[in-house]
Amino acid sequence: MPARRTLLALLLACASAAQAAPPWTLERLLQGFAQTREAHASFVEKKMVRVLEAPLVSSGELHFAAPDRLEKRTLRPRPEILRLEGDTLTLERGERRLQLSLRAQPQAAAFVESIRGTLAGDRQALERAYTLRLEGAERAWALTLTPREPDIAQLVQRIRIAGQRAEVTVIEILQANGDSTLMSVQRLPAP
Amino acid sequence: MTQRRLLPLAAWLAALLVAAALAAGARYTADLSAFLPRAPTPAQQLLVDQLRDGAVGRVMMIAIEGADAAARAALSRELAARLRTDARFAYVANGAAQGLERERQLLFEHRYLLSPAVTPERFSAAGLREAIGETLDLVASSAGGLAQALLPRDPTGEMALIAAAHLAAGPRPALFDGVWASRDGERAVLLARTAAAGADTDAQEAAMQAAHAAFAAAAARLAAPQARLRLSGAGVFAVESRALVKREVARVAALGLALIAALLLLAYRSPLALALGLLPVLTGALVGVAAVAAGFGVVHGITLGFGATLIGESVDYAIYLFVQSGAARGARGAWLAEFWPTIRLGVLTSMIGFAALLLSGFPGLAQLGLYSVCGLAAAALFTRYVLPLLLPEGLRVRELTAFGARLGRWRAAAGGRRWLVAALCAAAVVALFAQRDALWAADLSALSTVSAQDQAYDGRLRADLGAADARYLVVAAGSDEQAALRAAERVDAALRPLVAQGVIAGYDSAARYLPSAQTQAARAASLPAPGELRERLARALSGLPLRAARLEGFIGDAAKVHAGARLTRADLEGSALGAALDALLLRRADGWHALVPLRAPATGPAALVIDAARVREALAGSDALFIDLKAEANALYAGYLHEAIALAAVGVAAVLLLLMIALRSAARVGRVAAPLGAAVLVTAAVLAAAGQTLNLLHLVGFLLVVAVGSNYALFFERAGGAPAPRVLASIALANATTVIGFGVLSTSSVPVLRAIGATVALGTLLTLAFAALLSGARGDAR
Repeated sequence: MPARRTLLALLLACASAAQAAPPWTLERLLQGFAQTREAHASFVEKKMVRVLEAPLVSSGELHFAAPDRLEKRTLRPRPEILRLEGDTLTLERGERRLQLSLRAQPQAAAFVESIRGTLAGDRQALERAYTLRLEGAERAWALTLTPREPDIAQLVQRIRIAGQRAEVTVIEILQANGDSTLMSVQRLPAP
Repeated sequence: MTQRRLLPLAAWLAALLVAAALAAGARYTADLSAFLPRAPTPAQQLLVDQLRDGAVGRVMMIAIEGADAAARAALSRELAARLRTDARFAYVANGAAQGLERERQLLFEHRYLLSPAVTPERFSAAGLREAIGETLDLVASSAGGLAQALLPRDPTGEMALIAAAHLAAGPRPALFDGVWASRDGERAVLLARTAAAGADTDAQEAAMQAAHAAFAAAAARLAAPQARLRLSGAGVFAVESRALVKREVARVAALGLALIAALLLLAYRSPLALALGLLPVLTGALVGVAAVAAGFGVVHGITLGFGATLIGESVDYAIYLFVQSGAARGARGAWLAEFWPTIRLGVLTSMIGFAALLLSGFPGLAQLGLYSVCGLAAAALFTRYVLPLLLPEGLRVRELTAFGARLGRWRAAAGGRRWLVAALCAAAVVALFAQRDALWAADLSALSTVSAQDQAYDGRLRADLGAADARYLVVAAGSDEQAALRAAERVDAALRPLVAQGVIAGYDSAARYLPSAQTQAARAASLPAPGELRERLARALSGLPLRAARLEGFIGDAAKVHAGARLTRADLEGSALGAALDALLLRRADGWHALVPLRAPATGPAALVIDAARVREALAGSDALFIDLKAEANALYAGYLHEAIALAAVGVAAVLLLLMIALRSAARVGRVAAPLGAAVLVTAAVLAAAGQTLNLLHLVGFLLVVAVGSNYALFFERAGGAPAPRVLASIALANATTVIGFGVLSTSSVPVLRAIGATVALGTLLTLAFAALLSGARGDAR
């Protein structure tokens, strides 16, 4: 589901942390994420949909505040706010406002909780849901997540997160149906 | 002699047989329909229809409690799946998307006929460009999953608009584990609609049993023995009320009869006399039920409950016969000559008092009247003409003269205290005056047999399910189905601004499921022919990342509608959409009704209440009728109560007139009426002081006080205030049985039975006491 993909992107994009020392391991990457208390970033998202000739581009801002508040604020082409707070996912778009409880959606909950586990440095939680593969070095790394759960694998083929140090710069989500999303993230100073 | 004996006996047996047959063949009901008027206004008729067979009465709310959340969710799915295959349920929803594929398919297939956004402008090149642009924006967004999947066939996004409209109209309960649950997650909830009408209590009971059986099977299969099922809704209440009234009537009648029988056995010391003395009761009750069955076709549960109360009155007749005559055969002729005229006058007094209720426009009240008049007449006639023939030669009952003489001395000691009665009456008037504004219950719920806990639970489930409490309704009428649908569409247009203004939260409408042929034709005409559509798409898509070649599915679907494909009621049959339509589009004797249930705002200044004036203003100029069913029901009850008070006044006047004709003296009438009037007044004051708001059944209780007490007053009056010991003993015994019978009734958990019980037990006791206090202080016996 796009909402879940975005959430993941959002969570990981927001995560960034202080300097780390070698050697570069998954352990150290996750530790870096866990130290982030608050983060702002701008994003540009390109959606590649098979029936469309060109990607759909949207842009806006991301905001994360520990422990559990995440917000994706799309400004273009149309304002929209996607917010995760505790167990509640809220989508505001125009006059419409959709709210759903993660407890109502076990799949989404598993998805979100595993990401929270990541942010908390909980590698076990993350590995329950995904197979992880880290490539590159601290200055340019790429983490690939492949869903273990068949329910999630039906939707998402894999997620690739790239960055430098404890900062995420690219999130790429490849859907099972061949559509994909590429989100470029740039860290902003706190407002 | 033998023939003179045989004739009344044969007549009695024949009457009993006919009455038994009628009573056995009658239909018994416990819903509120018996309390609705025979000649209703359109709004009242609608209320009746809704309660009898409208969507309101068909709603069954189902809650699963206990076990853990996952088990409850699994049970919810299993139960829904089982009930969906049960013909007794027209519709079962539990929030899970599974099982609604057909509905989604129907909506998608007919989207160009169902979407309110379909206009010629939307399918012009510019309109298409705007709509497709919006859909692409949606695909780009976080909520774009569905739009993306449907893009090639639904590029203008009609499905999203239809879904939004249905979402706004329908309930939106909380979801836990993919199924509906209460906000706190402690119970899974389902919403079902029965195939049978809410007033069909037998069918409702069958549906409840089916739900329990399906749940038991599901719980066994899923091994969740801790889980419990709870049902609620109007139909459920009707079934439970009927069962409760049945149980209570049986309990009260059994206990009352046992106590009265014990007392009479003590008094008579003759089991045979006791058995014979109960025959007038049985005869009266049976004839009363039979008369109601014959006169109304349906016997209301309340009438049956009332039936148990007539024991108190009809058991007196045999007491008078046995005690006053000593049951000696030779004395019976003398008794007939001496006492029968007095008893006859008492019976006539009672009958006339209750006959006033026959004039009621409300079947419930008229049933009580008919039951009482026929029951009393039958019991009295039996006592006069049949019972003496049944008494065997040697029957003797205990001589109560000594007991009566002692009572006479007490009476003499009490007598002459008119000032005491006057003072009590004055105090009563003051007490009643102080409570004058809150004296009568203004709410129909005063008659409800549903407990406060059950009502609160029902309210919680409704809140959980976001189910409209079906309080507010707009009715659009038409001469045929199509006219009603067109009327509903006009209502739809009039109400839309009110949603935006927050006056109402939303509404449902038949036209949302099945637009009128006119609207469908207009929407179809908005779609261009395939060639034209391709040409417009080519222009619309220039600069957009979508090529017309990708949209052949869309062009094909639009072509079908353009060529004349239409949505009919038959298409929806058997689906949840069809069930919803059936509940909202009804055939009536005078045409068709399209119902538009309104949902009150859940929060804000107008939470849970709809501003009727604003809705009526919005509907002004149309024929549509806005109805607040709760206000309507309460107004109805108030009318019912006022009518009953007026009829009781008519009854009192008729009783006084009868006494005047029979006694031919205003002073004598006064002596009979004074203890009765004082007793009713003081009883009412005591009830009011005890915090009871009086309702219709208290009023009926007062009539019973007059019916039963008039016999006492007449005996006192006839004897110049000092009845003979035997007569006094018979009155005391009769009163004791009445107080026991109604005292037992006042312990009932059914409010209406409790009301009658307390009123009559206290009222008749006071009548006897006041008759004694008002009697002269002279001689203790004649």
